[in-house]
Amino acid sequence: MAPVDAAMIHDITGPLAVRVFREMGGERVYDPERIIMLFDHQIPADSIPAAENHVFMRQFAEEQGIHNYDLLEGVCHQVVMEKGRAAPGEIIVGTDSHTCTYGAAGAFATGIGSTDMGFVLKFGALYFRVPESIRVGVDGTFGRRVGPKDLILSLAGDIGADGATYKALEFTGGAMREMDMAGRMTCANMAIEMGAKAGIVPPDATTWDYVTARREIEPFDLAGDADAVYAERRNYNVTDLAPQVAVPHNVDNVVDVGDVAGTKVDQVFIGSCTNGRYEDLAEAAEVLGTADRFAAGVRVIVIPASRTEYLKALRSGLIERFVEAGALVEAPCCGPCMGGAFGLLAPGEVSLSTSNRNFRGRQGSAQASVYLASPATAAASALYGEITDPREV
Amino acid sequence: MRIWKFGDDIDTDAIIPGRFLTIYDPAELAKHAFEGTRDEFAREARAGDVVAGGSNFGCGSSREHAPLALLGVGIRVVVAKSFARIFYRNAVNTGLLPLVCPEADAIRDGDAVSVDIAGGFIEANGKKFAVEPVPGFMKEIVDAGGLVAYAKDLDEVKTCNTE
Repeated sequence: MAPVDAAMIHDITGPLAVRVFREMGGERVYDPERIIMLFDHQIPADSIPAAENHVFMRQFAEEQGIHNYDLLEGVCHQVVMEKGRAAPGEIIVGTDSHTCTYGAAGAFATGIGSTDMGFVLKFGALYFRVPESIRVGVDGTFGRRVGPKDLILSLAGDIGADGATYKALEFTGGAMREMDMAGRMTCANMAIEMGAKAGIVPPDATTWDYVTARREIEPFDLAGDADAVYAERRNYNVTDLAPQVAVPHNVDNVVDVGDVAGTKVDQVFIGSCTNGRYEDLAEAAEVLGTADRFAAGVRVIVIPASRTEYLKALRSGLIERFVEAGALVEAPCCGPCMGGAFGLLAPGEVSLSTSNRNFRGRQGSAQASVYLASPATAAASALYGEITDPREV
Repeated sequence: MRIWKFGDDIDTDAIIPGRFLTIYDPAELAKHAFEGTRDEFAREARAGDVVAGGSNFGCGSSREHAPLALLGVGIRVVVAKSFARIFYRNAVNTGLLPLVCPEADAIRDGDAVSVDIAGGFIEANGKKFAVEPVPGFMKEIVDAGGLVAYAKDLDEVKTCNTE
């Protein structure tokens, strides 16, 4: 059993965790200060059961003295990071598979189920198998309009959907050190898409600048031992990497954008815990440039990952540009990636999304198709109504 | 009792789509198991049937609704070449037994099946398929009837030193 430094619960999987906590005889949570609660999957409530879940969770937070960010702050993983709730060396669990995002802060963070979380709420600890590590060395310099999402998609394609099952991915190398926190979060976020238990970027000055700006903590050295044993070492160079696209219906089904260019799209979604940060919106807006409108017949949905990121984008004029160009800008939430709230696809429709999963039925009908790509590729595709190489815009 | 055979990379969105995640009752979830990707499953699967998959069964979302939906159908055993990590834990924790079977690809859909956990095999259409034993620590939890039952008898837990 290992002690848990922080535990995150949200509106979808939280209610079940609370029920399990009660069934285990739980009366008081182990430490309300270490529990992070918020709602992001179905907000504002899209159904009466969703509204009931929110009420249930609010009552639990009040009764236990847990700070509840409620539906105001945004997508869980973005909120945990930007509120400084994740720091190097910590053990963090969340009832969401993309909890591995906090590896960008140098934390060991992993997604768990609701029963495991019920146990954590009561005892503040959980049983873990210590994962072996795969060292992913990334060097080189990204080309124009190619970035972290293209890197992590190419890794998913190479390593495979189960290539890192039960292992930790350690992202190192010159290209990772050069990468900003937004990009590191995109990479760590998708470690789960290779089956990994965690995806960790060793903390450096970039990490500590981010963390110390958000909480009082003294930086310390944390790195793999020089003689550490890795299950595997893989090396990549991003210098010649083309924009990548995951094609239906698996995240590891990855091709260069040129292979699918010209595929008509009905909907483009720019957002999610993978790519809903200010940097992602700026990347999309840069491709949009001074164009008047997105292509006719394409629904463009833009959802900033958090209230903070939304305000940054709003104040810098990005939101105005998206709205002028015909996008629907929604309040921070999981949006179409949740596959049940809104922005759903009809049978036969095609979506290009900056989120993390293209499983059959993930964004609506099981007869719809979802492609995954970077914000730059999404913006380029929205401009032309078909999958488009952003370097050619 | 029959085998319901699925392929590789069966994700939890397929087992229970996102739009049903406000449901927590296993019997209600069961009505929507594999909805959209294999509609006859919810109609025709019976208690005691066995779900079999290829590699990486249960990948994707951490939703515990996935094993609960299968339990609601009356499925007690899932056999696969390999499991995604979170699903594997969720299955153990909720009392659904995940059995790793290296030869799972040879199991055919619709075959009659019986499970012999003590013997370490399942028998499908008269042929025996070896399954790996459930690892020690998890077996304690399964034997207790899941993590809830396991935790009821605990006042506190001893944690290891992670410094």
